[in-house]
Amino acid sequence: MTQANNFAFGEDEKMLRDTARKFLQDNLPTDKLHQLVASDPDPYRESLCLWDQDLWRQIVELGWTTVIVPEADGGMGMSLVALCALMEETGRVALPSPFMATANASLVLRECQTSSASHLLGAIAAGRTATLANTPQNGSWRSGDCDVELVDGVLRGAAYFAQDARKVETLIVQANTAEGSALYAVPVGSAGLDIVADAIIDLTRDQAHIHFNNVPVGAAQLLCTEASRVLERAEPAILTLLAADMCGAGEWQLQTTVEYMKVREQFGHPLGYFQALKHPLVNLMIMIDQAKSLVYNAASAIDSEPENAAKFARMAKASASEMAAFASSRSIQFHGGIGFTWECFVHLYSKRQKHNQVMYGDAKYQRRKLADLLMGPIAA
Amino acid sequence: MSPQAKKDTSEQAEFRRYCRNWLSQHDAGSPTVRLPQSAIEIMHGEQLDYLRKWQGEAYAAGLIGCDYPVAEGGGGRKNCQLVANQEMARAGKPFLPNILGLGMAAPTLHFHAQSALKERLLPGLFSCEDIWCQGFSEPGAGSDLANVQTFAERRGDKWVINGHKVWTSLAHFADWMILLLRTDKSSKYDGLSYFVVPIKAALGEGVTVRPLIKITGETGFNEVFFDNLEISDDYRLDEVGKGWQVAQTTLLHERGAGPMVTPSSGRGSGSGKTRAVGDAYGLIDLAKHSSRDGQSAADDPLLRDEIMKMIIRQEGSKQGARRAKVEGLCEHPMRIPLQAKLVMSEIRQDSAAVAIDILGAHSSLSIGDDNAPAGGEWPLAYMNSYGITIAAGASEIQRNILGERVLGMAKSK
Repeated sequence: MTQANNFAFGEDEKMLRDTARKFLQDNLPTDKLHQLVASDPDPYRESLCLWDQDLWRQIVELGWTTVIVPEADGGMGMSLVALCALMEETGRVALPSPFMATANASLVLRECQTSSASHLLGAIAAGRTATLANTPQNGSWRSGDCDVELVDGVLRGAAYFAQDARKVETLIVQANTAEGSALYAVPVGSAGLDIVADAIIDLTRDQAHIHFNNVPVGAAQLLCTEASRVLERAEPAILTLLAADMCGAGEWQLQTTVEYMKVREQFGHPLGYFQALKHPLVNLMIMIDQAKSLVYNAASAIDSEPENAAKFARMAKASASEMAAFASSRSIQFHGGIGFTWECFVHLYSKRQKHNQVMYGDAKYQRRKLADLLMGPIAA
Repeated sequence: MSPQAKKDTSEQAEFRRYCRNWLSQHDAGSPTVRLPQSAIEIMHGEQLDYLRKWQGEAYAAGLIGCDYPVAEGGGGRKNCQLVANQEMARAGKPFLPNILGLGMAAPTLHFHAQSALKERLLPGLFSCEDIWCQGFSEPGAGSDLANVQTFAERRGDKWVINGHKVWTSLAHFADWMILLLRTDKSSKYDGLSYFVVPIKAALGEGVTVRPLIKITGETGFNEVFFDNLEISDDYRLDEVGKGWQVAQTTLLHERGAGPMVTPSSGRGSGSGKTRAVGDAYGLIDLAKHSSRDGQSAADDPLLRDEIMKMIIRQEGSKQGARRAKVEGLCEHPMRIPLQAKLVMSEIRQDSAAVAIDILGAHSSLSIGDDNAPAGGEWPLAYMNSYGITIAAGASEIQRNILGERVLGMAKSK
């Protein structure tokens, strides 16, 4: 199979994206975001989960959560490229929402190929939210690693780094079983479930670790019995969505810093006159363009060139993570003293980018995995 | 079917079949001398003769100038040069020697010359009967190109030229030169005009070419001196005083951002299909054939990381060229086109630097040593890479252009 020249980004995808861009810019300008999530700067404050639920209801009505849900399950059945374009826009406004968590859950569910998974996808298409609960305490991203087990029909153990866990209604839980590893749908509020909020740096997300104290699960909750394989198959798309979010956020960081270079003057010149500031911002633009091109290439490969999906997704996540670190560093530094203050908006994006960089593996991790794919593993 | 073939228009698909068929039946033959890494390092007549013959055959077959009008010696096709380029590269054909003509003079003539002039000059440019060079830079006008001082004084329907051009690749073989010069000393930009000049015909009679030697020891570029050279006004492109605007067409194409696709036949040696030196994916093979600390260099985690960085950048650049053509996926229409030369030249340079790391002690061996791995081409490529990061507007100038024209920051001085 081969990709379309235009990444299959056609009229429909462009219209969806343009509508989303306008909707988000109208409804979540950066000053409003700052009021929403940065009301309490105290680093020892209780962990907060701040998001605009009214805005989220409108997003669900716009159908964004149904974009990649297959038509058979009640969704729009559009391409991953379309979802990437939306993710870029939510990154651009640093949207606090369960959008990515639910998208990631959908990506895993569509790999399950079971009626229970289809059923849950249908519920997501109708507005239900979900997140993955499969990462172990040591932070390993390997699909087989998890700290939850199924014993006598109940879940025991814990899952860590569950994204936006306090915004969602359903957890997709990985559990080791006697036969291997399975995925279960566990509604928030189930008996024995203890969702403990992490105090995290990113103000636009929430994160939790989840204790399973003998949580009973029935046959209807079983989503699939091959969790490792399914998670592995969904991984390229998850990496690509994260990279898309980073590209949108990176563009905001670039444009915001460039605007400051035009208005702030020193030594009788706007800052952009000085090449020590101008050239690094051009380097950032090049990094954003590289990452964005790799994101659309990866998304298009996942849709229509699956044999190259893993390789291209690792490239996209590596490139975007490197870019995000540079964007964050330069946007703070080039704003000078004001850039180091809580009232300047750039820290909101730097923190979101930092979160994005490390989730599912940073740039060095992706390059190590890519080298294994392209060069073979290192000889023992 | 190749991935490209699937997306062809019907004209492109038919032309691709034709190219493949012709290329499979026409071998450039093995060169009798070692070829340089690109056209701008051609030192000897024997190297040029071999490459010139190949370009002439490819032109006669219709693989060069495909998208130019028939009246200008072109093929009159639509978006077919790209197809010919893909197929020539795929067949591992040698590079085309007349690159300054194909890449810069041809589009400039096409957009700015009178019909009679371009119809006279373009066929010989495409066929490689006439070699072209570019007279832009001067000792006092490098990054500040608009500061050129070479002067043409009008005498009736003639111009008399005096001045000194430098870094003029291929001038030692060239028949023609595109020449940016000054016709008015009172205005920096509006005092410039643009000519084409038959320099070979004037050698010893108003034109002197003196070779310059590069850090690699290769020649290929030159100084050119004009001493009361008299030329006809027929050789002027566009109006007097419009030279800077005409030069923008040349520069845009030189940086890979212009509307006309430059004919290019890949960087093969004529026979093999091996990856050209400079390709980041080639670093994998190089590492597998190199040793580090007594073990395979391909198992060194730090080298693996460096190789992946280069492959990711190269793939990012390739996908960028693809994205630049998709409506709605770019923030600014010139944002990716104006990056092309900067990004490509730095990727080449950094890839060659990684190759030197991989080669270790063996990177000390030059192309003159029979034991040099891969013929010593990687260390040579590293040295040659500075030609590209400096030429056509140094990387630092490219960053000014991007910062100002695309991002809208204040002009630096």
